[in-house]
Amino acid sequence: MFSSFMVNTWIAASMVAVIAGVVGFFVVLRGSAFAAHAIPHGSFGGAAGAVLLGVNTILGLGIFAVGGALGIGWLSRRGRHDVATALALVLMLGLGSLFLSFSVEYAGAVYSLLFGEVLGVPSYDLLPMAGLGLACILAIAILYRPLLLTSITPEVAEARGVRPGRIETGFLLVVALASTMTVPVVGVLLMFSLMIGPAATARSFTHNPLWAIALSVAIALVIVWFGIAVAYVTDYPVGFFVGTLGAVSYACARFWAGRRGSRRVATTA
Amino acid sequence: MSGLLNAIFAPGLFASAPVRAAVVVGAVVAVVTGAVGVFTVIRSQAFAGHALGEVGSAGGSLAFLSGTNPLWGYMGVAVIAAGLMEVLGVHRPRARDVATGLVLGAGLGFAALFLYLDTTSTSTTGVTVTILFGSLFTISQPMLPNIVVLSAVALVLIASCYRMLLLSSLSPELAAVRGVPVRAVAIAYLVIMAVAVSLAAETIGTILATALLVGPPATALRLTKRPGGAMVLAGLVGVAAVWIGIVLAYDSFYWPPVDHGWPVSFFVVAMVVVFYLGSGAVAALGRARRSRRAGDLGALSESGCEPHVDADAA
Repeated sequence: MFSSFMVNTWIAASMVAVIAGVVGFFVVLRGSAFAAHAIPHGSFGGAAGAVLLGVNTILGLGIFAVGGALGIGWLSRRGRHDVATALALVLMLGLGSLFLSFSVEYAGAVYSLLFGEVLGVPSYDLLPMAGLGLACILAIAILYRPLLLTSITPEVAEARGVRPGRIETGFLLVVALASTMTVPVVGVLLMFSLMIGPAATARSFTHNPLWAIALSVAIALVIVWFGIAVAYVTDYPVGFFVGTLGAVSYACARFWAGRRGSRRVATTA
Repeated sequence: MSGLLNAIFAPGLFASAPVRAAVVVGAVVAVVTGAVGVFTVIRSQAFAGHALGEVGSAGGSLAFLSGTNPLWGYMGVAVIAAGLMEVLGVHRPRARDVATGLVLGAGLGFAALFLYLDTTSTSTTGVTVTILFGSLFTISQPMLPNIVVLSAVALVLIASCYRMLLLSSLSPELAAVRGVPVRAVAIAYLVIMAVAVSLAAETIGTILATALLVGPPATALRLTKRPGGAMVLAGLVGVAAVWIGIVLAYDSFYWPPVDHGWPVSFFVVAMVVVFYLGSGAVAALGRARRSRRAGDLGALSESGCEPHVDADAA
């Protein structure tokens, strides 16, 4: 499990978990789960295009993810946000199915792109991943205060001259960067669960944003490490463990919070 | 003239059995998703609608594994997912996003597992692509009656709670005051949406299910404000998108770069997006014309000719 060819996997997975935990906190806070699903999922179309043209998949993913983020931002200014997200998603996936039909030897790769692959993260992918990850963290650090302001008290943010539309587009671009770097390990679909589950769990324990981010990163790390270990031993897809563990951790948190709440009610009564 | 017709409708288009099945099923599904989708757009539940379709694919792959009819797999899992979303709090505005996301995440996890088992047990890797992307041209003929009956059921359900649904979508408080069981209506609508979406996802793929559930209704709602009219218009737009897509996909057999057709899903999605963007332009033109007229009238009223015009109404 810790042999040399798995080292890259552990490094890549840990980076993915950190990014997903940080970005996921804002996804849950802002209620942008649909965009956080649509951008990585739609970027799958870009990966299919990259395979067709014979270029690096990360390039194709990146172009589609950024294009999707800008497209969602552009369309939402002219209509409903969720409609814009849905249409951007289906358009990217439609292009993906077109690229897919042009290339011949792809069906097997589709599965690992969608649901992740524990084995075989090549070393030359680690450096771009680390770079994109750093860019994400940096962007979140710069956007931290306006992001919190526009999410929690939009009126105050507007009074202070923060433009919500720009912040939203900036945040979608961060989600796009984050999804681009995560593909080799968790796949385009499960990146999403890694952003939602841990962050939602963390939010039900603490309301302090920094603590919540730290907790969400920690939970994401545990889920990814556990998922890879179990997937390695059982040979089942890592996506299954990552996807279900996120929901399980949230269910546990809700149960715990409910019991604490009822105990508090009991003591006050 | 016949040369032009032949260029648009490639020879053999109407004689092909898969095309005929696709024309019928595509139209039925487009009508149902159009009618159901108007409320999806009004209630801002596009994410839930999309999620139900994707989670349904877990049921589809499970059914494939156990050898039962995939339609029941899709539908069963989608209805269960709708219930879970409700339990997790999809009815509360602040929690709906996370509730939908968690169910979707878990559902995709199960899809990953079942698809993995499908591919290892049958050693056909193509099943992932078939289940996730689907194709209008691979509809099995014996399924036609089931599809038509289930579509009719969904339409009857949506028609029977139309008024309660409309009131509780536009103003939940007013609906509650009038004695509408808002929560029950919300659950009923989630289940209807699960039936419609899983029907669409099983027959034409999850991409098209989402596209038809959201695109044509959003297009229609930009052109008319009446929900009833929007439902009819959405159905028409959806049917048009599907049929144009089928014709183009059939024509594309003769197009480069490969000697098989381009995927029909791509064409239908492209048409849906074109209609949506086009309706935006039409609506903007209409607004501009109305405001210009209101401006003229405003000028008239200033000169004292037309004192009763309410320029704000435009």
